[in-house]
Amino acid sequence: MPSILQDYLPIVIFMSLCMFITLLLILPPLLIAPKNPDPEKLSPYECGFEPFDDARSKFDIRFYLVAILFIIFDLEVAFLFPWALVFGDIGLFGFFSMMLFLGILTIGFIYEWKKGALEWD
Amino acid sequence: MGSLLNDSLVIAPELFLIVSAIILLMLGSFKVKNSAKIVLYLSTITLFFVSFLELIMPWDISIIFNESLIENSFSRFTKSIIFMSSAFVIILSSRWLIRYDEKAFEYPILILFSSLGMALMVSANDLITLYLAIELQSLPLYVLASFRRDNINSGEAGIKYFVLGALSSSLFLFGASLVYGFTGSVEFFEISKVTSYSEVSAGLVVGIVFILSGLIFKISGVPFHMWTPDVYEGSATPVTAFFATAPKMAAMCMLVNILYGPFADSFYSWQQIIIFVSIASMALGSFAAIKQTNIKRLLAYSSIAHMGFTLIALALPLSPSNIQALLIYMLIYLMANLGVFSCIMSLEKSEGESVKDISDLSGISKKYPFIAFSLSIFMFSFAGIPPLAGFFGKYLIFRSAIENGLFLLAIFGLLISVIGAYYYINIVKVVYFDESNSSITKSSSKGLSITNIACTIFIIFFIIIYTLSPIAELARLAGISIN
Amino acid sequence: MFPVLLFYIFSLAIIASALMVIFSKQPINSVLFLIFSFINAAGIFLLAGAEFLALIMVIVYVGAVAVLFLFVIMMLDFNPDTIKKEVGKHLYVGLFIGFILFLEIILMMYSPELFSYEYQIVGNTVKTSLTNTEILGNLIYTEYFLQFQISGFILLVAMIGAIVLTLRHRDYVRRQIVSDQVARDPKLSIELVDIKLKIRK
Repeated sequence: MPSILQDYLPIVIFMSLCMFITLLLILPPLLIAPKNPDPEKLSPYECGFEPFDDARSKFDIRFYLVAILFIIFDLEVAFLFPWALVFGDIGLFGFFSMMLFLGILTIGFIYEWKKGALEWD
Repeated sequence: MGSLLNDSLVIAPELFLIVSAIILLMLGSFKVKNSAKIVLYLSTITLFFVSFLELIMPWDISIIFNESLIENSFSRFTKSIIFMSSAFVIILSSRWLIRYDEKAFEYPILILFSSLGMALMVSANDLITLYLAIELQSLPLYVLASFRRDNINSGEAGIKYFVLGALSSSLFLFGASLVYGFTGSVEFFEISKVTSYSEVSAGLVVGIVFILSGLIFKISGVPFHMWTPDVYEGSATPVTAFFATAPKMAAMCMLVNILYGPFADSFYSWQQIIIFVSIASMALGSFAAIKQTNIKRLLAYSSIAHMGFTLIALALPLSPSNIQALLIYMLIYLMANLGVFSCIMSLEKSEGESVKDISDLSGISKKYPFIAFSLSIFMFSFAGIPPLAGFFGKYLIFRSAIENGLFLLAIFGLLISVIGAYYYINIVKVVYFDESNSSITKSSSKGLSITNIACTIFIIFFIIIYTLSPIAELARLAGISIN
Repeated sequence: MFPVLLFYIFSLAIIASALMVIFSKQPINSVLFLIFSFINAAGIFLLAGAEFLALIMVIVYVGAVAVLFLFVIMMLDFNPDTIKKEVGKHLYVGLFIGFILFLEIILMMYSPELFSYEYQIVGNTVKTSLTNTEILGNLIYTEYFLQFQISGFILLVAMIGAIVLTLRHRDYVRRQIVSDQVARDPKLSIELVDIKLKIRK
């Protein structure tokens, strides 16, 4: 087994334990519990009357904008991890290389700030 | 890393472009009075200046940034043309943009970033840089396609372009990973070293085919052309003018770079693909254009056909004269397209709506003789009628094909261009001989008329310009530097 | 033995959840299965020794992209039945293309020259004690300086694009402008007017 996998062994054990407990909680009810569905039981319940309209309602596009701006900075952070790890080895050039990168994104940040994309309304 | 300064000096035009794009972005965000107009003018000036800068920079070969970029006369020449046509597109769009939204300063900035991506595409020297450059070029294009976001067609155009563009990028990436797997490098020099001393392996061929599929999408060659008419039709007319010009040039030059660079030794594996795409594009572009009633759809099919003609020069073994023919053909194509779009955009229907159908143009010769005249000049040039520029472009391409023994391809191209002439000349007929449509009005601006006049002069007096100016010599130098 | 077993578990889970993405009735369930397949893909990256990629996969795809998918599904307000009808129209074409791709995989497996020793992958194998992330870090910021900066520009363009396409200020909303409030001067904002009162008799 490669050594890299040994490092992750605790996570694998943890995940399998999770899986095991989850299955333990889900499977027996599925198999044992009595099921007698009838139309009234399956109908959606909303304070005793029929639901007015579909549960899928249109979402405001602003959520989407926030999510996409989040992804962009998320990716930026992804670049920071390896940089932090090898900070000592790559010297001044690596440092300024990252500063330039961050500078470019800061320009974008200033732009979206001034544009008002960060205000909810 | 003392070489960084040297390397940066070599790409001084691009650096200038980057810095001014960022400054303009900041200028637009801090709402100075009239900032959108200022950004528009300054970005045009920037692009013209950068285009000029590319011409006066030293044209000798230099390989920079750890062999990720290569600068030679080919890249300098083509980048100069790309920047120039982007600048013309901003001039064309200025009036439309200010009328559409006074505050939309992002439009020229997106064009600047897209041009930066194209510049990097042309001079990329490894697959990673090439991929990133393609993305940098296409992302602004997706946004521009759906720039009129309240218009449903524009939204549709953006979505279609984005989904298909992402698909083509993924095809390219898959091919690139195969090429990396079978040659052990992403750098063009290393790849060509590996392919030159060992036989071309099946896996490498599969990789090349995938890369080609991704790239042919960008020039809208035939099996991957489906997006072109819809995107052209849905986008705003100035955006369509942009799609039809600079990105096509950049993608074509990128094809030249990658096919004659790392894959030069697998010539016989990709030659048949290029020949097929060329024939199919010429045929489909010409036949499908006949039925079109919408001008922008017609121009889309026309651009597919023109890409087919250009690909003839790529289907030949490398020689400077072939590359020269390709570059001259593309230059003429760009100028004629800019001219056609400037004609279309200086006319509008009475309601302030842009011209859509060919029938809208009927009989404009009586009211606006100059626009009618220049439009027919461009159409004749597209069709390849002798004294005009289009004829020389086609002549150079067919001559290269015949010199290299591809008689059938040349003859096929000739026959197809006769069919193409039908619908180009049909427009001339509509403009001059049809019943006049009184609702069309002229809404020209200084920028539109300047572009129109410049393109008309270029197309009519091309033979004089070609013999007197250094264009031919520059293109020849560009052709020599590819090897 | 153990890694091989894990590989098969992960890949089976990917295939199963990818099938569920296509066949589940509710789009939300599709997205959740997509997330599950991302996690399993991260597991396969881990098995291949690419820890950094595995964790980035979890952070970016599961943490951000999948959330975006959920938003998009909520935004679209579509009916699963209409989708089914639309899919039914193109089912045969899709199946045909899928069949061709499947055939290609089979051909790849059975074409000897692709995997023979003659065309071994010539990639450079690096022997080092550094971890994956450190090797990447040593390359990205120095050797691949240019590519790194270009990706910065791509992110910048993505930011501009997202704002251009989706940001829309509503005119009726009155914003708080702090600088204006602070700069407000009582002398300028209050006007004293002498009103001459006429006394009616």
